[in-house]
Amino acid sequence: MIGRHKHCIALEDYSREEILEVIDLAVSMKEVLQRPIKKVPSLRGKSVVNLFFEASTRTRSSFEIAAKVLSADALNWTSASSSVTKGETLVDTARNLEAMRPDVLVIRHSAGGAPRLVAARVGCSVVSAGDGAHEHPSQGLLDCFTIREKLGTLEGKTIAIVGDISHSRVARSDLHAFPKLGARVRLCGPPTMIPAGVERLGATVHHELREAVEGADAVIMLRIQHERIGDPLIPNTREYSKYWGLNARKAQEWLKPSCVILHPGPINRGVELAPEVADGPRSVILDQVQNGVAVRMAILYLLAGGSPAEGAEGKA
Amino acid sequence: MSETLFIEGGRVIDPAGGVDGVRTVVVRDGRIAEVAERVERPRDARAIDAKGRWVTPGFVDLHVHLREPGQEYKETVATGARAAVAGGFTTICAMPNTKPVNDNASVTELVLARAAAAGLARVLPVGCISRGQAGEDLAEYGELRAAGCVAVSDDGKPVVSSGLMRRVLEYARAFGLVVAVHEEDPALVGKGVMHEGPASTRLGLKGIPAAAEDVMVVRDLALLELTGGRLHVQHVSTRGAVRAIREAKQRGLAVTAEATPHHLALTDEDVAASGYSTDFKMNPPLRSAEDVKAVREGLADGTVDAIATDHAPHSPVEKDLEFDAAMNGIVGLETAFSVCLDLARKGVLPERRLIEALTVGPARTFGLAAGTLAKGAAADVAVLDVGAEWTVDPEKLHSKGRNTPWKGKRLPGRCVYTIVGGRIVHGESRAER
Repeated sequence: MIGRHKHCIALEDYSREEILEVIDLAVSMKEVLQRPIKKVPSLRGKSVVNLFFEASTRTRSSFEIAAKVLSADALNWTSASSSVTKGETLVDTARNLEAMRPDVLVIRHSAGGAPRLVAARVGCSVVSAGDGAHEHPSQGLLDCFTIREKLGTLEGKTIAIVGDISHSRVARSDLHAFPKLGARVRLCGPPTMIPAGVERLGATVHHELREAVEGADAVIMLRIQHERIGDPLIPNTREYSKYWGLNARKAQEWLKPSCVILHPGPINRGVELAPEVADGPRSVILDQVQNGVAVRMAILYLLAGGSPAEGAEGKA
Repeated sequence: MSETLFIEGGRVIDPAGGVDGVRTVVVRDGRIAEVAERVERPRDARAIDAKGRWVTPGFVDLHVHLREPGQEYKETVATGARAAVAGGFTTICAMPNTKPVNDNASVTELVLARAAAAGLARVLPVGCISRGQAGEDLAEYGELRAAGCVAVSDDGKPVVSSGLMRRVLEYARAFGLVVAVHEEDPALVGKGVMHEGPASTRLGLKGIPAAAEDVMVVRDLALLELTGGRLHVQHVSTRGAVRAIREAKQRGLAVTAEATPHHLALTDEDVAASGYSTDFKMNPPLRSAEDVKAVREGLADGTVDAIATDHAPHSPVEKDLEFDAAMNGIVGLETAFSVCLDLARKGVLPERRLIEALTVGPARTFGLAAGTLAKGAAADVAVLDVGAEWTVDPEKLHSKGRNTPWKGKRLPGRCVYTIVGGRIVHGESRAER
C-alpha cells in the first residue's frame, strides 16, 4: 500500500504524504543501486508483470530492473506478442494475466483510464506506466525525487514545463504532484499545445519561453512528437525550436545559474533541446533515469508488500 | 374493442388542452371519451385509482435507437417498445441507423411490422437523409414518407456537405418532412471522446469543443433561411447552439430542437467523477455546467421544444472497454421521466413544462397526432406515481441495454400504468375494480 492506495495510477489521487512516502523510500532504494551487488531479497517470491500496449524501452526496462533488484520475478508482455491483435479486450487480457497470480501489474496503454479499468477487474495491485495523455505517475514521482535531490526541496521553488502540454501525461502527473510539495508551476508552449482549462489545476500558462523560464529553479523540456507536426499543432520543428526550444544561448541568458534541466526522454536533439544543453552541466536527465529505477523500486516494494525487515536499509 | 377505463382521482396534466387539476379520464373504444371533474362510472367499467398520481398524455420520444434490423443483440423493436412503455412513452421515433440503414421502404415496413407484432408503443420510423447514410446523395423521401416515415435524419452522423444539406432542406419540403440533424463538425471533433474542458484535460482524454456543434447549427440555420425548409436540431448540448436557435426562432425560422435528459442533468465533471465509466460516453458528450445551464434555460423558455432520450442501447461488447474504444450512447427510455422529475423538483423547470416537453412539444415538432388527452384523441395515457422512489438497477431494465449513468442512483417517480390506444400495455398486475 502507498498510504491509502493499493494502486499507483494517478498522482491526482495522491496526497503530499503519499508522494513523500514513495520518494523518501526511493532514497534508500537508490543507495541499493550504488552497491557492487545490486540485489536485495525484499520481493523474493513476488512477481511483477509488465503489460505494455505501447512501445516503450526505458520505462519498461526501468520497471524490469527495479523488480529484479528487489528479487521479484518480472515478466514482460507486450502488445506485439499478445493476443490483442486477435481482438481480445483489455479486460480479458488483464484477467488472463491475473489468473497467473502476479502481485503487481504494470500497465502502459494508449487510452487514458485503461489502468483504472484494469484495476477495477483484477485483484492485484496495478501501476500505471503511462496511459494516453492522462498520467505517468512514476515519472511524476521521479521528477519530484530528482528535483528534491538537486535543489534540496520543492518548497517555494518555481518549475517550468515546456512543450506539448496537451498530449503530455508527464506534465499532468508533474502538475498534480509539484504543488502538493510546495512548488509553483509554469506551463509553456504554443497555444495549440496548451489544453483547455489547465490553469484550473493551479499553473500559470505562458506562450513565451523567456517569460516561463526566467527565474525558474527547474525547467522540464518535453519531447515533441513528430506526429504532432501537421496535426496541425505546429508548422514544423524548425519554427518550434526557434521559439520553444532551449539552446545554449537562451539557457545562458535566461536561466538562473542554479536552474536544472530535466527531460523525460527520449530527447529530440536539436528540437526541444540543443545537444550542448542536454549534455551540459545543468542537465540532470541521466540522474532522472537512475532515479526512475529507485522510485519504481519504492513503488513495487510498497505495493507488493515487501517485508520491512528484508527491505533496503534505512527507511522502510 | 378494448374495455372502458376510468382513470380516477389523479392530477391530470394535459398541456395541450390546458388542463392541470384533479380529473377523471374516461377511455372508451381506444379513444379519450371525456376528461371531467365528476363522472358517473358504470358498474361494468374498469377503474384505475390514480389518487396522488399524475395522469398525462403518453410521452412522445423523437429520438430512440431500436437497433433492429441488424443489431438485435443490443435491442429489438419489441424490447425497445417494452422499455418505452415502462417509461411512460407511448410513441417513439426510431432512428434509421440500423443495419441496413432505413433508407428505403422495405426497412421502414419491417420496423413497422415488428412494432405491430409487439403491440406496445407506437413506433414511428425515421428515414435517412442520405442514401446509405453516406452523406452523398438524397434518399428517396417520397417512398420513405409513403411507407410511414415521419421525418428524415442521418442521426449519428452530421451532413458534412453544405451543398447536400441545402438540397436536403429544399427537397424535403416537397413531402412536408422534418429534417432532423445531428450537428457536429467532424474536423473539430477529430478523435475527441468527451467535452473539451478542464475535465478532459485532467483525464487526458481528447476533447470535443462545444464549437463543433455550434458551427454546424449556425450553418444549418443559414441554409434554412436560404431554403425555407423545416429543420429540427437533435440533442442540443451547447450554449452556442441554444443561443443560435433562440435567435433563429425570434426571426421566424422554422426550426425546432430537442434536448436529452442527460444533457439537462449531467456535466463533463460527472465523467471525471465516474472514473472513466463508459456509461458516461455519448455523442454529443456531456458538456460544461455553463452549457447545461443554457440548455435548461432553452427548455424552460421554449427554445428547446422537446425532451428526447437518444435511447442508445449497447451490449458489454461495445461498452466494457477503454473509454477511447467504447461506443457512444446510453439507454434512456426507462429513466427519462424520473431524471426530469428530479430536475423539476430542483426548480430547473416547472412540472407542467416538463410534461409539455414530453408530450405535446415533441408531437407538434414532428406533426404527430399524439401527446394530448383531447376528446376523441387516441387513448395514449401515462399514470405516474410521483411519490415513488427507486434505485436504478440496470439488470431490471426492460431494454436489453444496461448502459446507464444512473446505475445505482435513487430517482423519484415511476410510471405505474401505460395505456396505448385504450389498452393497458404496462402496469401493476392487478387493476382495481
